[in-house]
Amino acid sequence: MAKVTLTVNGRTMSGECDDRTLLVHFIREKLGLTGTHVGCDTTQCGACVVHMDGRSVKSCSILAVQASGSTVTTIEGIAAQGELHPVQAAFNQHHGLQCGFCTPGMVMTAVDMIARHGGALDEATVRHELEGNICRCTGYHNIVRAVLAANEEMHGAARQAAE
Amino acid sequence: MGMEGIGARVARKEDKRFLTGKGRYTDDMVVPGMKFAYFVRSPHAHARITGIDAEAAKAMPGVIDVLDGRQLQADGIGNLICGWMIHSKDGSPMKMGAWRPLAVDTVRYVGDAVAIVVADSAAEARDAAEAVIVDYDELPAVTTSIAALQDGAPQIHPEAPGNLIFDWQIGDGAATDAAIAAAAHVTEIEIHNNRLSPNPMEPRATLGIYDSAEDHFTCYTTSQNPHVARLVMSAFYNVAPENKLRVIAPDVGGGFGSKIYIYPEEIVCLWASKKTGVPVKWTSDRTEAFLTDAHGRDHVSKVKMAFDKDHRIIGLKVDTIANLGAYMSLFSSAVPTYLYATLLSGQYAIPAIHANVRTVYTNTVPVDAYRGAGRPEATYLLERTMETAARELGISPAELRRKNFIRSFPYQTPVIMNYDAGDYEASLSAAMQAADWDGFPARRAQSEARGKKRGIGMSCYIEACGIAPSQAVGSLGAGVGLWESAEVRVNAVGTIEVLTGSHSHGQGHETTFAQLVADRLGVPISSVNIVHGDTDKVQMGMGTYGSRSGAVGMSAIVKALDKVEMKAKKIAAHLMEADESDIVIENGELKVAGTDKVLPWFQVALAAYTAHNLPAGMEPGLKESAFYDPSNFTFPAGCYIAEVEVDPETGKTEIIQFVAADDFGNIINPLIVEGQVHGGLAQGIGQALLEEVRYDEATGQILTASYMDYAMPRADDLPSFTLSHQNTPCPGNPLGIKGCGEAGAIGSPPALMNAITDAIGTNDLTMPATPLKVWSALQGAAMPMAAE
Repeated sequence: MAKVTLTVNGRTMSGECDDRTLLVHFIREKLGLTGTHVGCDTTQCGACVVHMDGRSVKSCSILAVQASGSTVTTIEGIAAQGELHPVQAAFNQHHGLQCGFCTPGMVMTAVDMIARHGGALDEATVRHELEGNICRCTGYHNIVRAVLAANEEMHGAARQAAE
Repeated sequence: MGMEGIGARVARKEDKRFLTGKGRYTDDMVVPGMKFAYFVRSPHAHARITGIDAEAAKAMPGVIDVLDGRQLQADGIGNLICGWMIHSKDGSPMKMGAWRPLAVDTVRYVGDAVAIVVADSAAEARDAAEAVIVDYDELPAVTTSIAALQDGAPQIHPEAPGNLIFDWQIGDGAATDAAIAAAAHVTEIEIHNNRLSPNPMEPRATLGIYDSAEDHFTCYTTSQNPHVARLVMSAFYNVAPENKLRVIAPDVGGGFGSKIYIYPEEIVCLWASKKTGVPVKWTSDRTEAFLTDAHGRDHVSKVKMAFDKDHRIIGLKVDTIANLGAYMSLFSSAVPTYLYATLLSGQYAIPAIHANVRTVYTNTVPVDAYRGAGRPEATYLLERTMETAARELGISPAELRRKNFIRSFPYQTPVIMNYDAGDYEASLSAAMQAADWDGFPARRAQSEARGKKRGIGMSCYIEACGIAPSQAVGSLGAGVGLWESAEVRVNAVGTIEVLTGSHSHGQGHETTFAQLVADRLGVPISSVNIVHGDTDKVQMGMGTYGSRSGAVGMSAIVKALDKVEMKAKKIAAHLMEADESDIVIENGELKVAGTDKVLPWFQVALAAYTAHNLPAGMEPGLKESAFYDPSNFTFPAGCYIAEVEVDPETGKTEIIQFVAADDFGNIINPLIVEGQVHGGLAQGIGQALLEEVRYDEATGQILTASYMDYAMPRADDLPSFTLSHQNTPCPGNPLGIKGCGEAGAIGSPPALMNAITDAIGTNDLTMPATPLKVWSALQGAAMPMAAE
């Protein structure tokens, strides 16, 4: 057994787990944050994407003990005081989700993608960078729309403020 | 329509919980004392079990118990059944082999469950399952339907000699043969419909909880139809009487058909919970999903389509072999018969049709309904045949279709269905215009100049949805009725709960059903809650599949709303001293028409519950329920056009554009309907280009059991889609709805295959059209199967 301490969504949390426990299972079962999902066994589907020390990672591909000491943000942690994050709002507005199971991973990937590209996003880039997140419901059409709209909302506003 | 009523593009109410990580799926459920299950599964496609030794496993850390099929059988738990009886053309009933929830003597596919391990943690259960020693005598296996029918093929069930489950027919064979004999032209083609795995992103899961004090079971499960699950587990599997079994399907992460069925795991976890005295949770991993979730499609068909000298279809003859896998899943027999061959008239007036369907056992995962269920198989067969015929006859594919369209309604086909409304020309024209069909030759020339091969293809589909009139399906062999129920509960303060037997697992019922109430009563959708998915809350229902929740589920709500309105008007008339017939409901108020007398909705609701001043003899309260049984199927239809560019160097197909023109009848929420089409298109495009479940024919091992091997459509495999609607209201239900959930998956595969074969100039291509297959076809060479 190993002791794991993480700062999750701004709170320091600790728990004991098997050495072999994956970060995603630690988050779901030890911390009770069930918004992060498991959709495959092979690091393909992206339902488990969280942010670790500012980077998006598939939490099924890292051991909880490896993550100990790091700062993690999960889907539960990105809406501020009940206000949806612009990416969450765009997914709602553009019907970028149906069953909702891949949605947490999609949103976490999109938040990271928009931050990394600093506003320079087009459809081809969004589709390429969503390759690691599988959705079976939406055909991606509205997910792509939502990511581009959120990008515009976040960076368009920043551009306007700068002008 | 109002801002939130019928036809409004309302963003979904249910989204916030999914977007903030507050969705509650079965695997998220935690109850005190809960333990974890792992299933020991057969590594062989076909074998006799000669012994199970679980002693070492039981001694492993954290293990509570290991239970096997003999114990399950001794406790009287029944076999899994197929609930739709089909008779062969000789009058004999289908040959159903025994499917035990845990195999006792014989395993028949890789993944067949043999034992359950219950332990303190999922990891410990998995470790211990490795230590369960099962002795097998391997038997020869067969995975393809054609091979299974051959003399000397391995015999899979003693009940089904030669592995033939039934040999069924529909239509007029003699008339069809005569038409073919008299034809000016006959197009012949062999059609393969590839085997698919539905792959909802949430893997199946179940949590079985036995309460010994109450002798009561609770089953959390990933189901599209929790009431059907309870019915079947009570009536056939002997798990518990209905009043002692509560089934809850909470948030469910997609289904696409695969979560209709009651699988062994639900039954075994409930039983194991009683046996061990602890709640037992099982969650499938993705490989288990490929190994055990019902697959879809897997047809091989021979087709003859006969034309007269004017290019009118005069006959269609189809001979299909359908692979049903190792056991007959719950509705498996209906899929290649009444959901398939009854749609073989397509959008065309065909005077004579005959279809023969043989269904076959193989050592593969059971096959059942997957998005479209039979209708994609019919559409793919018809639309590739039509395209082939147009090429052979030397006329344009649009002209051939136009010449044969059904143009007046109602139209009785030779294969049971009675089409009630449609306008196939409208969708064809709209699709061709949206795709700039006439500009294609110029675009093709541009591609050729760049060394690429460009193709365009269409598909005109029809489907039968709104499943289904109970009496009709009963006469065809269904074991259940296919009505739907609703209850509308108006609370004392005027807020509303709608209880429905439909189940939402992505379809957005919490929004669209609320929009219906908003439209009728003028209340905001925020004051309407939709309750579903729990047999303790909703009395009975048939669930969600076959694009039935709008046409059937909402029609039940309409009936219940009619009754609520009638009572509310009586109360309002009494309170305002007016005639009941003068009361109108508008914008959340009950008004006396032509006067300024008005009562807000909540006051009428309150009056119903205070009961201080009700009409003489009226019961207090404002709550009504209804059952709606449809009078006919509904018939969504449309035209899809795909334009592709093939790189002859690599065989890779790029989709340049995909146009969908659909007739879904009246639409409640266009945003949600478009989303349904997008998703269906992605699955159909996946079938055409990427997806296929493959088995090793020698060993029966599944070769595509992870996302490393089974090609799921990703964002960069797909284009953005161009959608339009040419709606003719459905005359058969009060809202005029036809349904939209499956159309995309039904109509898209033939459009793409017609486009690719147009691009490469050969018709000899099967789905999925992988780069290797396309490249091989371009070389005029047989595809090197072993290398794929």
